[in-house]
Amino acid sequence: MVDREAIVNLVRNIKQQALEERDMLINALHQIQNHFGSYIPVEAAKLVAEELNVPESKVYEVLTFYTMFSIKPRGKYVVRVCVNLPCHVTGGRQIIETLKQTLGIDFDQTTSDGLFTLERTSCLGLCGVAPVIMVNDEYYGDLTPKKVKELIESLRARGEGR
Amino acid sequence: MPLTTSTVLICAGGACISSGEASVKEALKKEIRKYGLDEVVRVVETGCMGACSLGPIIVIYPDGVFYQKLTPRAAEKIVQEHLLKGRIVQEYLYKMPTGEVVPEAMDKLPFFAKQVKIATRNVGYIDPSNIEEYIARDGYFALNKVLTQMSPEQVIEEIKRSGLRGRGGAGFPTGLKWELTRKAKGDRKYIVCNADEGDPGAFMDRSILEGDPHTVLEAMVIAGYAIGAHQGYIYVRAEYPLAIERLQIAIAQAKEFGFLGENILGSEFGFDIEIRIGAGAFVCGEETALIASIEGKRGQPRVKPPYPAQSGVWGCPTVINNVETFACVPPIIIKGADWFRSIGTPTSPGTKVFALAGKITNTGLVEVPMGITIKELLYEIGGGSSTGKKIKAVQTGGPSGGCIPSEYFDTPVDYESLQKLGAIMGSGGMIVMDEDDCMVDVARFFLEFTVDESCGKCTPCREGTRQMLKILEKITSGEGSEKDLIELETLGNIIKDTSLCGLGQTAPNPVLSTLRYYRHEYEAHVREKRCPALRCKALVRYVIDPSKCVGCTACARVCPVNAISGELRKVHTIDNDVCVRCGSCIEVCRFGAISKVSP
Ligand SMILES: Cc1cc2nc3c(=O)[nH]c(=O)nc-3n(C[C@H](O)[C@H](O)[C@H](O)COP(=O)(O)O)c2cc1C
Ligand code: SF4
Ligand code: SF4
Ligand code: FES
Ligand code: FES
Repeated sequence: MVDREAIVNLVRNIKQQALEERDMLINALHQIQNHFGSYIPVEAAKLVAEELNVPESKVYEVLTFYTMFSIKPRGKYVVRVCVNLPCHVTGGRQIIETLKQTLGIDFDQTTSDGLFTLERTSCLGLCGVAPVIMVNDEYYGDLTPKKVKELIESLRARGEGR
Repeated sequence: MPLTTSTVLICAGGACISSGEASVKEALKKEIRKYGLDEVVRVVETGCMGACSLGPIIVIYPDGVFYQKLTPRAAEKIVQEHLLKGRIVQEYLYKMPTGEVVPEAMDKLPFFAKQVKIATRNVGYIDPSNIEEYIARDGYFALNKVLTQMSPEQVIEEIKRSGLRGRGGAGFPTGLKWELTRKAKGDRKYIVCNADEGDPGAFMDRSILEGDPHTVLEAMVIAGYAIGAHQGYIYVRAEYPLAIERLQIAIAQAKEFGFLGENILGSEFGFDIEIRIGAGAFVCGEETALIASIEGKRGQPRVKPPYPAQSGVWGCPTVINNVETFACVPPIIIKGADWFRSIGTPTSPGTKVFALAGKITNTGLVEVPMGITIKELLYEIGGGSSTGKKIKAVQTGGPSGGCIPSEYFDTPVDYESLQKLGAIMGSGGMIVMDEDDCMVDVARFFLEFTVDESCGKCTPCREGTRQMLKILEKITSGEGSEKDLIELETLGNIIKDTSLCGLGQTAPNPVLSTLRYYRHEYEAHVREKRCPALRCKALVRYVIDPSKCVGCTACARVCPVNAISGELRKVHTIDNDVCVRCGSCIEVCRFGAISKVSP
């Protein structure tokens, strides 16, 4: 269940902080998504529309346009692989293969234990240490298939330990 | 109070963080405490020093000794030897490709010696979360000068005379943009900083935001004063959480010090800045899309004119500039337009920050005068190829740009010269490729990117790029024909001419430029079904040379799909119908018996 009050408070907070009494939809959605870990439940999206006084259809339009937002629950660890050229020419293809194999999922899927979601991202601005992935807010560079496997194993151990 | 006798700068840029900066810093601090040096040694975390492939990095002042590729263990040793006994620790100094240890001082290293730092003058030298360090390096002096000695018109005149051009891609003269916005009708105006940096292979904006956020704030206030705006937005990609965090800290400090808010520095002028966070859409870097996104809409471009100078945020006149463009403003105000013009070329004054990525030894960021040749940039500063193979091409300008073959590496880097070659300056990403990279694959790669990122508003971009991608996929899988090459050119030109925004108008460039310079590679794919670079999976086979194979079984054990068969001490063979071309077997074979062939 979505905690109505928490959402409403979040949105009101954002309204207060904004410099102008204008549109703050995207900021609000970011915060809601953080609140739920990594996705926005449909119910919460409806509340945002109500609170900000914008049509629900507009909220959906925005939600579906930006790849960072998801209305499907994502795993505890969202693994984003950079799929741009600097990472590609330095071995990114093997990194992607390794991730898909180790996790047993394809892009935009979540592992059945709910731990990992695999996504693509464009350049993370760390091409100096390509190939690169991002797990939630952390970056990992200079990757090799071996390092990727170790990383996933250690996250898995941590994830299940809780 | 004891004087600080040494300052240790530790790079806390994104790349160094990812290579273990935190544990090196911990070890460093712990060891310094252990020897009671905390009173005389200061440890400062800076933004990206530029030499990202060498991280984690520290530089010890007053001598400027540069230590690289550090581990916690190395940090301890440096404290014990260098800080305690004044002995330089040879093993962590930078070594030339020849193995020779070069002068230990940072500014003598070939990578740094040729650079001229304007936009990144503070990045890597100061603690970005401490406003006093920025002020100590002339920070907010330009703002003070502007507010106390210059009229808005004089500010605009100075920027115009400096010849500063937008660093976000198109190279539009910044002073002119400010003037147009100042003159536009409307009592509310806005300043927007474009920090959406989406070009693959470009990370200069990220490093400025992370390493010197105040310079962007200062420039935005100056721009606000010049055009008569009181409100600014910084639009940052959500993929840059560290930049967002450092900007938030900087904004709070600037407010506290009276550089933001009302009555700035005691003047009549007031200005405020708010951060807006993107949500993973490349097209939002385009200015009209970015403005739509600030307004909380889907980030889709609209037809220009009207330009943002007339109608930007909430329909009000708006200046939108790139991060690096802004970072050049305070030095121009302090040192003057003539100084700026004395660097670079007549049509492209000043410096440009380039991001070196791909198969180059010194990946990272460099700031050099415009007009430097590609060769100097890639070999003297970049250290040449990182793979031992010949550099074949450099891609500039990301998905809107083109590939420049090595025959043209004497070309000076400026807006016009690159354009003539069918590439563009773009935001300054330089992706280096060697003989193992297939140019058809590269073109396909960029098209994949644009197909993904096209906002879908107009048909030529949405459908046309998809069509081009299909053809390229056909070619790379060995099913293309000569006709396809002509079709690619025709489609490319139509998309360029009929798309609504810059994304579509430039999307065919990577294909057209590779077709221009590497037609023979395309032809090998369509005529002989051969990939000369051995890159396109469908066109290569893995074979074992029976005269070299000793039957050690290493390859068979590593193959993920059991494509390799053979008994111990007998020659092995690969079933190419099963092989998924992962390349693992080549890596493990110690006898060099496995190779790729095409066809
Ligand atoms: C598809 C597309 C993406 C763009 N991405 C960026 C970007 O990430 N950063 C940027 O500063 N400019 C980007 N631009 C250019 C902006 O539209 C605009 O020209 C620029 O922000 C103006 O600032 P400048 O004059 O200081 O360069 C992009 C343009 C297009 C067409
Ligand atoms: S050219 Fe492409 S990205 Fe630009 S508006 Fe048209 S569809 Fe959207
Ligand atoms: S390339 Fe990979 S899949 Fe093919 S034979 Fe070698 S190890 Fe097996
Ligand atoms: S291309 Fe992968 S981080 Fe830049
Ligand atoms: S991040 Fe440390 S040198 Fe670039």
